[in-house]
Amino acid sequence: MHKEFLMGNEAIALGALAAGVNLVAGYPGTPSTEVLETIAKRNPGNVYVEWSINEKAGMEVAAGAAYAGARTMVTMKQVGLNVASDPLMSLEYIGVKGGMVVLVADDPGPISSQTEQDTRTFGMFSKVPVFDPCSVNDAYEMIQEAFEVSEKHGTPVIFRATTRVDHGYEAIEVKDAEEYKSIKPEGFVKDSGRWVIFPRLSVKNHALIEKRNVELADEFSAYSRNVILKEKQPCKKGIATHGANFGYVKDTCKERDLRILRVATPFPFPEKLALEFLEGLDEVLCVEELDPVIERALIYVCGKYGLNVKIRGKKTGDIPASGENTLEIVDAAIAKFLGESKVPKGDALAAPPALPVRPPVLCAGCPHRASFYAVKMAMKGQKTIYCGDIGCYTLGNAQPLDMCDTCLCMGAGIGIAQGVFHTEPDTKCFAFVGDSTFFASGITGTINAFYNQADLTLVILDNSTTAMTGHQPHPGTGRTVMGQVVEKVSMEKVLRAIGLTTVETVDPLDYALSVETVKRVTAEPGVKAIIFRSPCIALTKPSGKSAVDPAKCIACGKCIRELGCPALILGEDGKKAKIDTSLCTGCTLCEQICPVKAIAGGTKNDTAKEGKANE
Amino acid sequence: MSKSIILCGVGGQGTILASRLIASAAMKKNLPIKTAETIGMAQRGGSVFSHLRIGEADTPLIAKGQADLIIAFEPGEAVRQLPFLRKGGAVVVSSRPVMPVSAMIGKSTYDANAMLTYLKENVEHLTIVDADQAAKDLGSAKTLNVVLLGAAIRSGELGLDEEEIIQAMKERIPEKLWNMNLQSLAWSK
Ligand code: SF4
Ligand code: SF4
Repeated sequence: MHKEFLMGNEAIALGALAAGVNLVAGYPGTPSTEVLETIAKRNPGNVYVEWSINEKAGMEVAAGAAYAGARTMVTMKQVGLNVASDPLMSLEYIGVKGGMVVLVADDPGPISSQTEQDTRTFGMFSKVPVFDPCSVNDAYEMIQEAFEVSEKHGTPVIFRATTRVDHGYEAIEVKDAEEYKSIKPEGFVKDSGRWVIFPRLSVKNHALIEKRNVELADEFSAYSRNVILKEKQPCKKGIATHGANFGYVKDTCKERDLRILRVATPFPFPEKLALEFLEGLDEVLCVEELDPVIERALIYVCGKYGLNVKIRGKKTGDIPASGENTLEIVDAAIAKFLGESKVPKGDALAAPPALPVRPPVLCAGCPHRASFYAVKMAMKGQKTIYCGDIGCYTLGNAQPLDMCDTCLCMGAGIGIAQGVFHTEPDTKCFAFVGDSTFFASGITGTINAFYNQADLTLVILDNSTTAMTGHQPHPGTGRTVMGQVVEKVSMEKVLRAIGLTTVETVDPLDYALSVETVKRVTAEPGVKAIIFRSPCIALTKPSGKSAVDPAKCIACGKCIRELGCPALILGEDGKKAKIDTSLCTGCTLCEQICPVKAIAGGTKNDTAKEGKANE
Repeated sequence: MSKSIILCGVGGQGTILASRLIASAAMKKNLPIKTAETIGMAQRGGSVFSHLRIGEADTPLIAKGQADLIIAFEPGEAVRQLPFLRKGGAVVVSSRPVMPVSAMIGKSTYDANAMLTYLKENVEHLTIVDADQAAKDLGSAKTLNVVLLGAAIRSGELGLDEEEIIQAMKERIPEKLWNMNLQSLAWSK
């Protein structure tokens, strides 16, 4: 054992390695990404790791390896589980041989996600057991136990953490590589009665799963991480909680005397332990984030056993229905629950001046800014809809670009654009999709639009990486997370193979050419594609930075007002433009649009232009 | 010992490295340490913060009115986090504002001087670091995080001394940058 200062996701990865995981697949998504990255970084050499094309592919790869007896893990964020739900729902009926952990990161808030869905609820729906860690250290230990439970019961298990655990850091004791378990997979043993899903097998296995989950609920009642913290003086009130909230409850209850239940396995719910917790209580406050999972389970237990305990929480309005809990929210809710009259701590501060509003923005020099701006200028005055997608380029919705009219989920922009076209054919429909998102879930939508005779322009914003989640490779980059250099999948060839005849690739940092290309391509009928290819600025080294010549600048403000580049600021006189050299990447976009050519000096990186940054 | 520290700034300013240095130094002293960081979309120019708790704690998060020290990379962000400061706690703040794009294009306003005035009126234990002067003296604006860390040590609320931070720095930063960072750490002396 040795001590390390680890992020929750790193701890989960090291825990999986300690458990002898043989194969890990996944698709990047905040806040889950660092798990797979850490597996790749700390790979003792015998673990197969891949960034899959999407979560469904990753789930299937992990399932196949688990059929063959390997210990496997598949990683994703909560909305990724929606993509992978098809294989997971059936996989639960089939089961696994090697231990298989489905690592899902939930995001109360949501801080970086579309929804506040709760994977604990998904576990109930899919009948898959769920583990819910409460801290970095807890996650490290618990993931090892999750593999054991999975293997013992022949079922995949869900290990769901939330952002505060995934992205929290703690100095914890971890195993040395020599202490890692070594798992030798037996290999796939043919048995069509076991591995081929048919209605007859499904009905039989369904019954077995229900029976097993009842047994598991008992097993979980004795599980050391499901705990009751006993009160010192007899009391009538208790708190039931989970995950990061367990820490908030303990932190805010240092001077309070209450009975506390921490539920580490929300499904199957540890009913016996809950009964013990409810014994003698009048009222329980459920402190939860996302869905009221424990609250519902306790109401069920009270109903089933005829207990007269009032269960409070989200359903009674005592805990907010949405958003992330904070120490203040938890403290106030508990104070109200206990009927304390709260004296506010410290003196209230005087009201501060208006705080700066800082929505996230595209980075200075981001090629997406140039792509959006070119399309915006080319289509000026026409009736358009710009359907966006999931990635950094969702930030194209911000002022002044304002180039994202819709955003739903991965790859949806293409279908949305198609639907709008069929409803109002006189609108010029655009679907903007990133390179990684195109491979993950844009290809089906493109085929659908093409075959069903839509008229729309597909704009692929190809920055040669999965930028939003921290620059993971994808099939268009020609490298894998294991460091191999491999044949790239060409999006041009994919699009042409579908049948598109107009597929043009252009450097968005060439402003005039980009505008001209957009005008020409959008005039064509049917589904056509423009690939704007220029690497993410995080992958290239800026060479020459641009500078405004104050003698030439006429203070028209066009560059600042129209581009919204964070490097473009007002100079000392408060009128003329100035460039913050610590941010400018020399993309030259502002140089190209300044009406009096007052900006110069930027040099684009040449390797960047050829899209070779990744090689 | 137990200390609750908040680092805050704008995505891309280097708050995470500073938080990492404090954590490593605490770890070397065998103190329990927990931190919570903003990772994700907000790193693209949004408001970011780190909460650090040195000593036994049930959660890395710090409640309002409980922070011993706020290290702010930006005046407006210092004001945003001020409700977390305990009575008598210290604030170390960089004087250099980061203008939000929304203010540059006239969709919002931001008066950074008003922020500094507000801090002066409301924080007794305040250190304003002249970031522009530091950048001029040091020849680079890149080590602002280390300059602020130096001022934080001297505020007496970090719970770690200069030598401990230097040791942590030497482990995390390549040798050719040591000199630059040592100068930055000492700048506010
Ligand atoms: S060249 Fe202009 S647009 Fe490009 S990063 Fe620099 S300031 Fe921004
Ligand atoms: S567009 Fe040119 S002239 Fe107008 S403010 Fe910018 S640099 Fe000055």
